[in-house]
Amino acid sequence: MSSLRVQVEGIGAWSPTVADFDAFRRLLEDDAVAAPSARPPASALSPNERRRAPESVLVAIEVASQAVAMSGRAADTLACVFASAYGDQATTDYMCRVLASAPTELSPTRFHNSVHNAPAGYWTIATNCRAPSSAICAGHASFGAGLLEAAAQACADDRAALLVCSDTAGMGPLGELIGCRHPFGAALVLSPCKDAGVPGLLLAPVTDAPSHAPLPAVCATWMHDNPSAASLPLLAMLARGGGECVLAVSDRLGLHVEMEIVA
Amino acid sequence: MRVTTLPLAVTAYTATSALGLGLGAHLDALEQQRSGLRANDFGDNPLACWIGRVAGLESAAFPDRYAQWDCRNNRLAWLGLNQDAFASKVEAAQRRYGPARLALLLGTSTASIGATEEGYRRLEDDVRLPADLHRTAIHTPHSLTAFVASALDIDGPCLTISTACSSSAKVFAGAERLIRLGMVDAAVVGGVDSLCDSVLYGFNALELVSPEPCRPFDAGRRGISIGEAAGFALLERIGPDTEHAPRVLGCGESSDAHHMSTPDPEGVGAELALRDVLERTGLDVAHIDYINLHGTASQKNDAMEAALVARRFPTSTRVSSTKGLTGHTLGAAGIVESVITLLAMRERFVPGNAGMATADPACSSHFAWRNEARPIRIALSHSFGFGGSNACLAFAHAVAGIDA
Repeated sequence: MSSLRVQVEGIGAWSPTVADFDAFRRLLEDDAVAAPSARPPASALSPNERRRAPESVLVAIEVASQAVAMSGRAADTLACVFASAYGDQATTDYMCRVLASAPTELSPTRFHNSVHNAPAGYWTIATNCRAPSSAICAGHASFGAGLLEAAAQACADDRAALLVCSDTAGMGPLGELIGCRHPFGAALVLSPCKDAGVPGLLLAPVTDAPSHAPLPAVCATWMHDNPSAASLPLLAMLARGGGECVLAVSDRLGLHVEMEIVA
Repeated sequence: MRVTTLPLAVTAYTATSALGLGLGAHLDALEQQRSGLRANDFGDNPLACWIGRVAGLESAAFPDRYAQWDCRNNRLAWLGLNQDAFASKVEAAQRRYGPARLALLLGTSTASIGATEEGYRRLEDDVRLPADLHRTAIHTPHSLTAFVASALDIDGPCLTISTACSSSAKVFAGAERLIRLGMVDAAVVGGVDSLCDSVLYGFNALELVSPEPCRPFDAGRRGISIGEAAGFALLERIGPDTEHAPRVLGCGESSDAHHMSTPDPEGVGAELALRDVLERTGLDVAHIDYINLHGTASQKNDAMEAALVARRFPTSTRVSSTKGLTGHTLGAAGIVESVITLLAMRERFVPGNAGMATADPACSSHFAWRNEARPIRIALSHSFGFGGSNACLAFAHAVAGIDA
């Protein structure tokens, strides 16, 4: 099977105890996590939009902003892929409760926040980005499938692409069933890597099961509690400057990710 | 840098909607301009509006082996897969290419959220989904694709695209990229959305639901009529075995960057998607014989889209919306209207813009209000979604057989 070669130009990460990729790097080095912060700043949004946006959107916007800032690229030039296994579960819980009791009282704002492409919509509006935007999911394999989609877009269309993968904690009966307990988001700015002298990521579909180098115990908890934390093995490779892993792309397909080392 | 999209053969396609099951039923309804809309009878206390409902879905057969996936949306998917021998054509492609060389990309806006809604109506102790619906497989937006991947035995990449009403148009773009890059040899694309309270009451809250059957591009249009549908297409490289199949030439994509629930009235994003597909395919507006418009019958979409047509196309381009027949099938609209476009191309007629009584004065002479017999060599299909997600697909008649 063919492989894709991309360069990672920017990285974003957010959870209540990891404010950004630097904090995650420190976590890998000495296992220290910072004190929790309640909400992601998501400062790319206007104050009005920030007030209207649900937490799922704030997490996605926060990590997107971090990755784009690190890349030094203009946000409005980037194609973007927003991945999330479950979308906004708190909004789904609200919608289903209201629909079961007083459906005509459904809030129009909560309804438009319920669409899976709400983060993509808020992001493109906030950054005045008219480039193609997408919203995808693939269950527990949403990060791997999103990585393949964003890398394919970068390589096929010869342009930089932003990948965001985020999920938030569930609520109510739906939350009880799904078991997503903590918010977590990660983002990458990817570009096609055509220069042999620049270390890139090599991505190749494989039938192997997901596997990765050991991570701190807290990472295993996050990966258990949030499908978007499936990005952590790759974030750890990026922090450590090398390595390889297999990420799930579907129930049956994996994506072998190998980080080239600078010669 | 300009990127040229790889034209692909559409070697199988099918649709199931309020117009009926499969291509024959759709062609018949299009030829007769017979609408599938009916007074809303969905749920216990239906809103006063019209819907495009697939008859008999509740009692349709659903294999026991897929019990964990059972819900209205996946029943509709199963019904759709079994029309026009679609599933067996996919099986044959898998034998040709190998199971991991086929990708699956499906669009949906709400997947099986109808099952989650039902669970909340029947909660146990007010805190727990009832035992018969306590199944993780159906309470996730990936439910549709995971089910279809299992039903078609897909080993390759599987992706759900959920960008509201452009979902099942954008699947063509993702499939083309994977095939062009050599990651797979073929792809099943499509989309399924089914009636549920979330969209009926959600669009009602936005005051976008018409109390009467929708009337796209009518001066007195009052909003959308929501429908449900399933549609699928099989995409392969063009070669000796596929040269007689119609082609998808490319997909243009853009974002509005304007508003979460209303289109940019200037149509800047929509026009960017159009420009993108023209650049990717090397087509000129003069080449376009027909456009199946997004034409939802909302005030703002139709005003924006009529202006776009008048601004950009020569009058030799004929245009119409077919949502007066099917209703707005949301995440399935892209694939259903692609199938309608392919049928129109095959049968050499422009489908009329059903539902219009008095044309909006903004509509130019491009509009085909009634069916018109004429060959279509190249056609576009517009899909503009919530959150400003735009897609514009280009299809072509197979070169063989064109006599125009």
